[in-house]
Amino acid sequence: MAIVETKDLTKVFKQGQLGAVNDVNLLTREGEFMVFLGPSGSGKTTLLRMIAGLEEPTRGDVLIGGRVVTRLPPRERRIAMVFQSYALYPHLSVYKNIAFPLRAQKVPKAERGPKVEWAAGLLGIGELLDRKPRELSGGERQRVALARAIVREPSVFLLDEPLSNLDAKLRASAREELTQFHKRIGTTTIYVTHDQVEAMAMGDRIVVLNKGLVRQVGTPREVYDEPADTFVATFLGSPPMNLIDHGDVLVGFRPEHLLPTALIEGPAVAITARVTGVEYLGNERVLYARIQDGRFGDQRLIGRLPSVYRVEVDEGEVVALGVPERNLRFFTKDGGRRTEPRGLAWQ
Amino acid sequence: MAVTRQDRWLGPAMFAPALLYIAGLVGVPLVLAFLYSVGDVTVGSVGYHFVGLANFRSVLQNPAFRGALWHSFVFTIAAQLIVIVGANVLALALRNPFRGRGLVRFLTLLPWVAPISLGAIGWKWILDSIYSVVNWALVSLHLVKPFDTPMWLGEPSLAMISVILVHAWRMLPFSTVILLAGLTAIPRDIPEAAAVDGAGFWRTHFEITLPMMRPIISVALLFGIVFTFTDMTVVYILTRGGPYDSTHVVPSYAFFAGILGGSLAEGAAASIFLVPILVLVAWAMLRVAHRSEVV
Repeated sequence: MAIVETKDLTKVFKQGQLGAVNDVNLLTREGEFMVFLGPSGSGKTTLLRMIAGLEEPTRGDVLIGGRVVTRLPPRERRIAMVFQSYALYPHLSVYKNIAFPLRAQKVPKAERGPKVEWAAGLLGIGELLDRKPRELSGGERQRVALARAIVREPSVFLLDEPLSNLDAKLRASAREELTQFHKRIGTTTIYVTHDQVEAMAMGDRIVVLNKGLVRQVGTPREVYDEPADTFVATFLGSPPMNLIDHGDVLVGFRPEHLLPTALIEGPAVAITARVTGVEYLGNERVLYARIQDGRFGDQRLIGRLPSVYRVEVDEGEVVALGVPERNLRFFTKDGGRRTEPRGLAWQ
Repeated sequence: MAVTRQDRWLGPAMFAPALLYIAGLVGVPLVLAFLYSVGDVTVGSVGYHFVGLANFRSVLQNPAFRGALWHSFVFTIAAQLIVIVGANVLALALRNPFRGRGLVRFLTLLPWVAPISLGAIGWKWILDSIYSVVNWALVSLHLVKPFDTPMWLGEPSLAMISVILVHAWRMLPFSTVILLAGLTAIPRDIPEAAAVDGAGFWRTHFEITLPMMRPIISVALLFGIVFTFTDMTVVYILTRGGPYDSTHVVPSYAFFAGILGGSLAEGAAASIFLVPILVLVAWAMLRVAHRSEVV
């Protein structure tokens, strides 16, 4: 097990252009499950590939277990990686796929068998050892890729969107399995995904990236409840956080905090809005509305009303909505950085 | 869908030209070759008498032909070995982008796209007994004595080596292009996974890349063997089979005996020896290609 650290890590693919990864400074904890989250093109995969040694940084350093490995090839970093495509060797059986890292590291033949059995057993693929990758389902391939990664007990695990090739149902169970698996193995893990549900569900901490920059590092609760800027605020959460233009600041609040005033306890800001649409999703209703107040223009709002509340809300209706004051977040207008809360007078 | 009268004729009408072309230029000569090989025809004869396997017997008894048959194997195997190894190296070198890759690719392809007669004549001068630049360079480097230079085309074993090398030079681009296509078809993830798994260059190449490229290497080898086994251009231009028939291959022997020597029957019988070998090679290689197909 080891700690991964990056120092001013930068990757510029084309000179003169903005880097794919810019001055990233990160430090994992021992045995941590860290998630890199960002939209496509945010640099999360490039960052992971630099840690793996598959991409040479333009500037900066990578440290694994306190040792600078920036110039070392992947095989000298004691890492294991699971690729998005799984990258199984198509001409080798499952057994030989899993045994390949052991052979490559010159583990004596007698020790290989038990290790392969152990890894295969851990992932429940013991009876697939004679098959070729093309004879496996997506979920089985993913397990083989994981078995190949753990078999030589690496000090760091790197996972590049390993669930994105699975169908939705399988993905949910695989997510749970991966979490359990990490708890059992306890190896420091870096997991790349663009799926915020995966990030929230699995990560000890989430690194939110955009355009090669780290926007925020924090626990799932921190990045969701206390977003550092408007990018994090709108990237996490579905539907995204409402951002209302208010004088010199942007006021943000989550759709689930926008409720009919009758349901709110404690101090709240009131918003009169006309409902333009209602989506019934079973467990909740999603409200689309526009603020009915000249001073703030005609700004759009999205609200989520859990189905446990039986309030009647119809399209076209003008309703009295509100947001509890403690759920308001404030951002600067230029740059969208988090800023001091202030009093609001909307009505 | 109803098949109209038009549809029934359109298909055959469309492929008829190709069929006629192949039948006329490949089929007829092939049938003629079989007929001639069991007859007594010469360039000047007008009649045809069936003589059974007499031509084959006489050809087999001819040491020059037996030599040519042996040379054909040496020529093909040695040239293909050089080509496959060289094409692998070139394909690996040309896979990743570098400054001037376009130019190197162009130069690599040049021996294939330039007319072989031009190339071979160039080689004839390069290997000439008096004007050879190779010898000039060797003398300048003091590797050989000025008046005792190697006779590249005048000494049996050197002549064979020269013919093989020139033919390999000519076949190299073709195999390189095929292998390069096979190499770029391997997803980038796979060699990267091997690198992370701890494999170095050689292990990745021999245990991952080469096995994955087996079908495409088989195809390159199949074409290479067929092209080499049936080809006589390089031999014809460089040595004309000499010195002392030491570089004759079956096709050049058949040409010299049948066309230049006038004994059509003997030439036909000699060339028929290529058929079973080529059929066997084609069958074997297609089987290999089929078996090692991977998803």
